[in-house]
Amino acid sequence: MTAATDLGAHPANRQGVTSRRFLSRLEPYFYASPAIVLLVTVMMVPLVVGLNYTVRDIRILNPFSGGYVGFAHFEAVWHDQNFHNALFNTFWWTVTSLFFQFFLGLMLALLLNRTFPGRRIIQSLVFLPWAVPAFLSGLNWAWMFNPVISPLPHWLFTFGILSEPTNILSDPDLAMWGPIVANIWFGIPFFAITLLAALQSIPGEIYEAASIDGASRRQQFVSITLPFLAPTIAITLMLRTIWIANFADLIIVMTNGGPADSTQIVSSYIFTQAFRRLDFGYASAIAAVLLVLLLAYAVSIIFIRRSLLRET
Amino acid sequence: MAYYAKSKGQRVVDWSVHYGLLACFLFFALFPLFWLFKVAVTPTNLLYSEGIRMWPSETTWANFAQVMTDTDFPQFFINSAIVSGATALISTLIAAAAGYSFSRFQYRGKAMIIVLMLITQMFPLVMLIAPIFRILTPLGLTDSLLGLVVVYTAFNVPFATFLMQSFFDGIPKDLEEAAMIDGNTRFGALVKIIFPLTLPGIAATLGFVFTAAWSELLFALMLVSSPDAVTFPVGLLTFISKFSVDFGQMMAAGFLALIPAAIFFFLIQRYLVQGLTAGAVKG
Repeated sequence: MTAATDLGAHPANRQGVTSRRFLSRLEPYFYASPAIVLLVTVMMVPLVVGLNYTVRDIRILNPFSGGYVGFAHFEAVWHDQNFHNALFNTFWWTVTSLFFQFFLGLMLALLLNRTFPGRRIIQSLVFLPWAVPAFLSGLNWAWMFNPVISPLPHWLFTFGILSEPTNILSDPDLAMWGPIVANIWFGIPFFAITLLAALQSIPGEIYEAASIDGASRRQQFVSITLPFLAPTIAITLMLRTIWIANFADLIIVMTNGGPADSTQIVSSYIFTQAFRRLDFGYASAIAAVLLVLLLAYAVSIIFIRRSLLRET
Repeated sequence: MAYYAKSKGQRVVDWSVHYGLLACFLFFALFPLFWLFKVAVTPTNLLYSEGIRMWPSETTWANFAQVMTDTDFPQFFINSAIVSGATALISTLIAAAAGYSFSRFQYRGKAMIIVLMLITQMFPLVMLIAPIFRILTPLGLTDSLLGLVVVYTAFNVPFATFLMQSFFDGIPKDLEEAAMIDGNTRFGALVKIIFPLTLPGIAATLGFVFTAAWSELLFALMLVSSPDAVTFPVGLLTFISKFSVDFGQMMAAGFLALIPAAIFFFLIQRYLVQGLTAGAVKG
C-alpha cells in the first residue's frame, strides 16, 4: 500500500472515497506530466520528424525538395568518404578525451578526498573549468594555441614537443590534439566531482579496519576504493562516452572541422551538412546512423555489465 | 586516510607530493583563464610590440569599455540572462515536480518515463536541429528568446529531474506523512515541510541549468539571428569573424561571458557534490 492510496481512506461518504481515491491515483501523473509533455513535444516529436527526413529530400531554400527518396541517403552515407573519415575521428576524439579526463579526474578526486588546509578554495578553483561555457573553452584554447598571443606553443617548442612554435590547429596531423586538450581541460572537473561524491559515500570505518589489519594504502585502494567506485565509474564512463561523441561545440568553435577535415567528427559533420549545405535530409540520415551506433554501444555496455554482475 | 602509521619523513614526502600534484592541477585549470584576463587588460599596441610576457608593462580597461559601448554585447548579455534565468526557473519547477513523483510514488508507467528520460540523454541532440527548426518556424518561435527557452528547458529537464529526485530521496518520507496526519494535504506538506528542506537541491539544480543554458551554442546559432534575440555565445562568435584580429576585445568579451557562469558555479558546487553523493550517479 503506498502513501498515495492511504489518502482516500479518511472521508466518511462513499462517493467521496472513490473520487478521492481516483484523484490520488492520478496525483503522481499530475506531478510528472509537465516533464512528459515537454519531452514528447520538444524531443520525441522532432526525433520522429527527423527519422522521417532520412527518407526524404529535405533541402532548405529548395522549394522543389521534400520528395520521398527511400534509402538513397543511407546509401550515400555508406559511400561517403568524409563520413568514414569523421567516424574514425570520432573514435579517436572520444577515446583519447575520455582516457585523460577519467584518469586525471580520478587522480584529482583522490587528492581532494582528504582534509587538508586550503581544501575548500583549491576545490573551487580546480573545478572552475567546468563552469566555463564550452564555446568559451573552445575560443580560449584556440587562443592558447596561437603563438602570436600565447606562450604555450613556445613552451611546447622548448620542451621539444613541437619542432617549431607553430599553431597546431593549422597542422592537419596535430590539429585534433587542440580540441582534445580543450576537452580534457573542460571535462576533468566533471569526473572529479562525480568520483569525489562516490568516494565520500564510502564509510571511513572500512579503511580503519583495513589499516588495523595491516593493509597498505595500495591494497586499500585496490580492495576497498576501486570496488566501491566501480558502479559510478561504469555509469559515468558510459554516459560520458556518448556525451563526448556527440559533443561538437569545441570542434566547431576551434577548427570548424578543418584543416582539410582532419578534425571533423560525425556530429560536427551533421552540423555542417544541416547548416552550411542546408541539406536536412542527408544530415538526418547521418544523425540516424550515429544514433544507432551510440544505442548499440549503450546496450552492449549494459548487457556486458549485467552478465558480469551475474557471474560474481 | 591513514597517515598515523608513518614516520615524520614519510609524511613530509607525502604532503609535498600531495600539494605538488594539486599545484599542477591548479596551474592547468587556471593558466588559460589567467591568460584570457591578461590579454583583455593589455593595451592593444603593447600586445604585439612587447612579445609574450607574463604581465604587460601597463594595463587598461579600454577593451572592456569598448565591448560595452561600441558593440551589441550589452544586449546579448541581457538576452542570455533572460533566456538562462527563465530556463533555469521553469526547468527546475518542472524537474522538481517530476523528481518528487519519481521519489515518492510507485505507479504504472513510471519505469517507462524514466527510460524515456535516460534515452533523451543518449541521443545526439544535433539530430534535432533540423526538425526543431522546421517546427518552430511556422509557430513564429525562431529568432525569439521564447523559442530558445522552450528548447533549452526540454533539454535540461531530464538531468534536472534525476538531480531533484536524488535530493528528494535524501529526505525521509516520514516527514510528510506526519504532516499529512496533522491534517495537511500532500501538496500542503510538500510546500510547507519538504520544500524548505530541498532548498540546497533547488539551488544546485537552478545553478546547473543556468550554466548549461548560458553555454548553449549550436541551437542558438541556428535559431536566432537578429540582435534582439542573439545570445552571448553566438554574439562572441560573430564578433570574432568581424574583428578577427582584435584579441583584446575578444578576450574582454569572453571574460564577461565567464562571470555569471562562474558565480553560479561557486554558489552551487558544494551542493552538487552533496546531491550526487545522495545517489544520482550510483547506477
